[in-house]
Amino acid sequence: MKVWPIFKKEMRLYFTSPVAYVVLAIFLVIAGYFFSAIFSYFTMASMQAAMNPQMSRELSVTDSVMRPLFSNLSVILLLLIPIVTMRLFAEERRAGTIELLLTYPVRDGAVLIGKYLAALALYAIMLAFTLVYPALLLYFTRVEWGPLLTGYLGLLLMGATFLSVGLFASTLTENQIIASLITFGVLLIFWVIGWSAESVGGVWGRVLTDLSMLEHYDTFSKGVLDTKDVIYYVNFTLLGLFLTLRSLESRRWR
Amino acid sequence: MIDVKGLTKHYGPITAIRDVSFSVAPGEIVGFLGPNGAGKSTTMRILSCFTPASSGTAKVAGYDVFAESMEVRKRIGYLPESVPLYADMRVGAYLDFVAEVKGLGRGARKKRVGEVMERCLIDDVQNRLIAKLSKGYRQRVGLAQAIISDPAVLILDEPTIGLDPRQITEIRALIKSLAGEHTVILSTHILPEVSMVCSGVIIINKGSIVAQGPIDSLVEQFFPTSRLHVQLAGPVAAVRTALGAIPGVVAVHDEPPAGDSTQAFVVESPRGRDVRSEVFHLAGQRKWDLLELRRVGMTLEEVFIRVVAGEETDGSAEAVREAAEVQA
Repeated sequence: MKVWPIFKKEMRLYFTSPVAYVVLAIFLVIAGYFFSAIFSYFTMASMQAAMNPQMSRELSVTDSVMRPLFSNLSVILLLLIPIVTMRLFAEERRAGTIELLLTYPVRDGAVLIGKYLAALALYAIMLAFTLVYPALLLYFTRVEWGPLLTGYLGLLLMGATFLSVGLFASTLTENQIIASLITFGVLLIFWVIGWSAESVGGVWGRVLTDLSMLEHYDTFSKGVLDTKDVIYYVNFTLLGLFLTLRSLESRRWR
Repeated sequence: MIDVKGLTKHYGPITAIRDVSFSVAPGEIVGFLGPNGAGKSTTMRILSCFTPASSGTAKVAGYDVFAESMEVRKRIGYLPESVPLYADMRVGAYLDFVAEVKGLGRGARKKRVGEVMERCLIDDVQNRLIAKLSKGYRQRVGLAQAIISDPAVLILDEPTIGLDPRQITEIRALIKSLAGEHTVILSTHILPEVSMVCSGVIIINKGSIVAQGPIDSLVEQFFPTSRLHVQLAGPVAAVRTALGAIPGVVAVHDEPPAGDSTQAFVVESPRGRDVRSEVFHLAGQRKWDLLELRRVGMTLEEVFIRVVAGEETDGSAEAVREAAEVQA
């Protein structure tokens, strides 16, 4: 498998074009804004709590700062992940470079994995920068490690799922904008699908809740590591990658 | 080295190529000739394992392009017509990537990339972004990526398009130097290019092969007679009859008058039968001034025009001739 050269090439392309820098910058500006807003709210709350011992028992930094931060970040990701993945296959098709890439002695699977891992690496870099916020908290106060770790694991798994959807959408068109819109649309549908669960009710309501990406992330941010949720994200990712592979291979019978 | 049998490719209701068969011997450079939309690129895409054929088989270096595609891909270098390159990469880094994907080790890669850049005359732009290169440089970078793994078979779709005359000469020399160790199949519209570079030619029109073989034998096959261009100052009808009466002459055609008003003729005789002295003596006997007498060499261009325009009306034959002249 020649995943490595493909991975290197994609990383190089991310960082020689402005895409990676723009995505990183926007992500960090918004994340920073959320963190400071949430944190100043928390300081206010803790000052009030200082006068009310009952309330202070319920106050936890992880719960009141990191948890809302994580859920805000996941909304930004909904908008930014399509930008990260849209180029991967659409641009190769538009420029025609796919014709060379797929006639080199590399399997379709290796091309796919190389590209996916490059997108995942860029995403991991984005997340790594946000570690600054828990580090700041750690400087001032005690942090509960459990929910912090599961929170990040959840974000990583959810992002991995987003990326696989984006990669698939990118194989469908040679227009990057269309690829990112499809990705955003699909992700948004799976994001809000649980909202109608209550009105539907019964078995179908349960199914809708289980399909929702938001619901599965909830447990992670609470500090609960449930295999059910891990399996959901892993399976969703594998499905995305499988569809991408099929879509790539479809040129063989077209 | 390349063995194609009964290749057919449909794109929906359109048949791009129909029952194409040919073979190319190791070390040969074969020109793939045809008007636009004749099916050249489709055939090359099939040979390079990019698109599968609808029916028929193609073998490259002994491996089937569909069933043993990986083995074929290891042994070919391909340059598509549009020269698709990664605009946001630097030339050196790009070639290094191609070399790595094609399985060259780290040490061999550096040396080979240097060699190839030198050979394709692009070592002066190795640190430039591909997006900033001129068409000529891009073309040569494309060629460099095709030959980087020293493949047995090179498939080049219009390798000299968009180059200036000096670059064309250089690239042709480069391709010619590849003969022997590499088998090359290259497509082009430029007819003289084929005579200059290739040993054999395959002419394709409307998806089917209309002629193939070594260039000389093709010319003989399509033009079994040798031709003389004759201009005699005399009564037109009498000159025509007298020329036709020369023993050995098969046919006399009127040539469209050019410049002066004297009618010119093309006299056909079987190959090897030279009627030049007869024409000269004829002029002497009849006291007609001999204004012009020269042999007309039949070139690949004439063959191309004849086979491609063969089944069409005269009007479009003229159009093809004009198009060929413009490109030449």
